[in-house]
Amino acid sequence: MAGLELLSDQGYRVDGRKPSELRKVQARMGVFAQADGSAYIEQGNTKALAVVYGPHEVRGSRSRTLHDRAVINCQYSMATFSTAERKRRPHGDRKSSEMSLHLKQTFEAAVLTQLYPRSQIDIYVKILQSDGGNYSACVNAATLAVIDAGIPMRDYVCACSAGFVEDTPLADLCHAEESGGGTSLALALLPRGGQIALLQMDARLHQDHLDTLIEAAMTACKGLSDVLDSVVRQHLQEVSVLTRDLGVCFSASPCISVRKPPALYLL
Amino acid sequence: MATVQVSEAEKVYIMHGVRDDLRVDGRGCEDYRHMEIETDVVSNTDGSAKVTLGHTAILVGIKAEIGKPRPMVADEGFLEFFVDCSANATPEFEGRGGDELGTELSNTLYKVFNNRNSIDLRTLCISPGEHCWVLYIDVLLLQCDGNLFDAISVAVKAALFNTRIPKVHISEDEEGGKEIELSDDPYDCMRLNVENVPCIVTLCKVGHRHVVDATLLEKACSEGGRGSLDPESIFEMTETGKRVGKALHAPLMEVLQKEESLGKKRQKVGFLG
Repeated sequence: MAGLELLSDQGYRVDGRKPSELRKVQARMGVFAQADGSAYIEQGNTKALAVVYGPHEVRGSRSRTLHDRAVINCQYSMATFSTAERKRRPHGDRKSSEMSLHLKQTFEAAVLTQLYPRSQIDIYVKILQSDGGNYSACVNAATLAVIDAGIPMRDYVCACSAGFVEDTPLADLCHAEESGGGTSLALALLPRGGQIALLQMDARLHQDHLDTLIEAAMTACKGLSDVLDSVVRQHLQEVSVLTRDLGVCFSASPCISVRKPPALYLL
Repeated sequence: MATVQVSEAEKVYIMHGVRDDLRVDGRGCEDYRHMEIETDVVSNTDGSAKVTLGHTAILVGIKAEIGKPRPMVADEGFLEFFVDCSANATPEFEGRGGDELGTELSNTLYKVFNNRNSIDLRTLCISPGEHCWVLYIDVLLLQCDGNLFDAISVAVKAALFNTRIPKVHISEDEEGGKEIELSDDPYDCMRLNVENVPCIVTLCKVGHRHVVDATLLEKACSEGGRGSLDPESIFEMTETGKRVGKALHAPLMEVLQKEESLGKKRQKVGFLG
C-alpha cells in the first residue's frame, strides 16, 4: 500500500473524518408507490435503493415453501454505472450472489418470519453509486424498506463497516480505505439487544485487536440506528399528517385502509 | 410492472372515456402524464438523468471510455446501449426474468440511434481509425407503469444533454508514436448536440381511438400489443405521433436548458425529494 496515507499524523482520515466518524447519512422511505415497501439511502457517496414485495404466496417452485415461517428472498445488484470502471453485468456474478446470501442471512435473523408461514418476502437492493460500504448501505436501506412495508421485525438491523489502520479502528470505510489494503470488517447489529446478525471479515487481523474493532463497528451501528430511527419517525409524522387529512375528507367511508404504523411493532 | 387485471366493466368505462377524450386520470387522448426530469444525479458518471413519468421511473447513466472505432466507420465513435430491468421494478424481473424485455428495449434504442441525424458520431472521434470515444448508455428501470419506450427515450436524451466528455490532446513523439493526454481541468470538456436526438412516442389503440402515454391499465384495455391494426389507423397514428413528438421536444429542451442555466445554485433532489 504505497503512497496513500490512510491516517494522517494529526489523526485524520483521507476524507477528513476522525477515526470514529460516520459519513453523512440521508435517507427516505416510501420512494416508490408500486412496491409494498421501498427506501433510499445515501451514506456519503454510496447510494442504495431497496424495495420490498410481500409477504405473498411463494413464487416458483412450491418446494421452497416453509410450513412454519416465511421464506426471505434477496437479490443484490449493482447498476452498471455505479462503479468507477463500468460493470458488464448488474447481477449474477460471484460477488453479488455472495452479497445476496449475506443479506438473506441478516434479514432472517431480524424479520419475525414465523408470523407468515408458507409465504415469501422479497427484498431487492440496488447500488446506484458505490463508494465503499455497499453491504452496510444495502442493509440499512433494506431495513427502512421492510419497515415501510409494515413487516414486523425484532429490531432495526443496522450495518456498518470498520477497518484497522495503524492500531486505530476506523468506522464506516470509504472506497479508498476499503481498497487500500488492510483489514475490513462488516457487521450487522440489532442495536437494542446488542446482538450481532452478521459479522464478516476477509483479511487477517491479530486476535488481540478483534475486540476493539468489533467494538468500533458496534458503536458506529448504534449511531446509525439513531439516524434510521429519526428517519422512520419523520416519515411516520409526514404520513400521519397526510392520512389525518384523508380522514377528514373521507370521513363518511370507513373502508380506507391506512398502512399500519411500523412503530407499533418496534415499541 | 405490477400485473394489472381489468374487469369487463372497468374496461368499458375506460374505453368510453377514451371515446369522449377523457381518460381515467383526467387527461385527454394526446396528453402525457406529469413528467419529472433531473440531470446529473449520479456523480461518478459522465452524464446521468432521472425521469419519472407517472409511476414509471427511469435512471440513465452514461460513461465515456476510449475505444477503437469500428472498421467500416473509422472516423466515428459509437454508442452502446444496455437496459437493466431490475427486480426493483417487479419481482418477475428477478434473476434472468428481465433479460428479454431489456434486449427488446436496447434493440429499439440501437435502431433509433442508427442514423446520421440523431447524433453526430464524428464528434466522438479522437484519431481516425485508432481511437474514439465509446459512450456506454446504461438504462435502469426502477419502476414500470407503462410507456417505457417514451420515458426511456426522454431519459436518454436528458442524459446525453448532461454528458460532459473530457477534452483530449494528442501529442506525437519523435518516433511517430501517439500519446493521448486527458485534460486535467474538469470544466474543459466537450458537449454533445442533442437537438436532433429523437423522442419515442408510443401510441396505443383503445377502442376506436388511440392514446398517447398509456398506463398499464389502459394498455390492458387495448389489445396489449397482440392485436392488429388497419392501414388507415396506422396513418392516423403516425400523424398523431409526429404532432405529439414535436410538442414534447420543445418544452423538453427548454426544461433541460433551464436546469442547466441554474448551475451550482440548483438544489439536487435525487431520490430524497
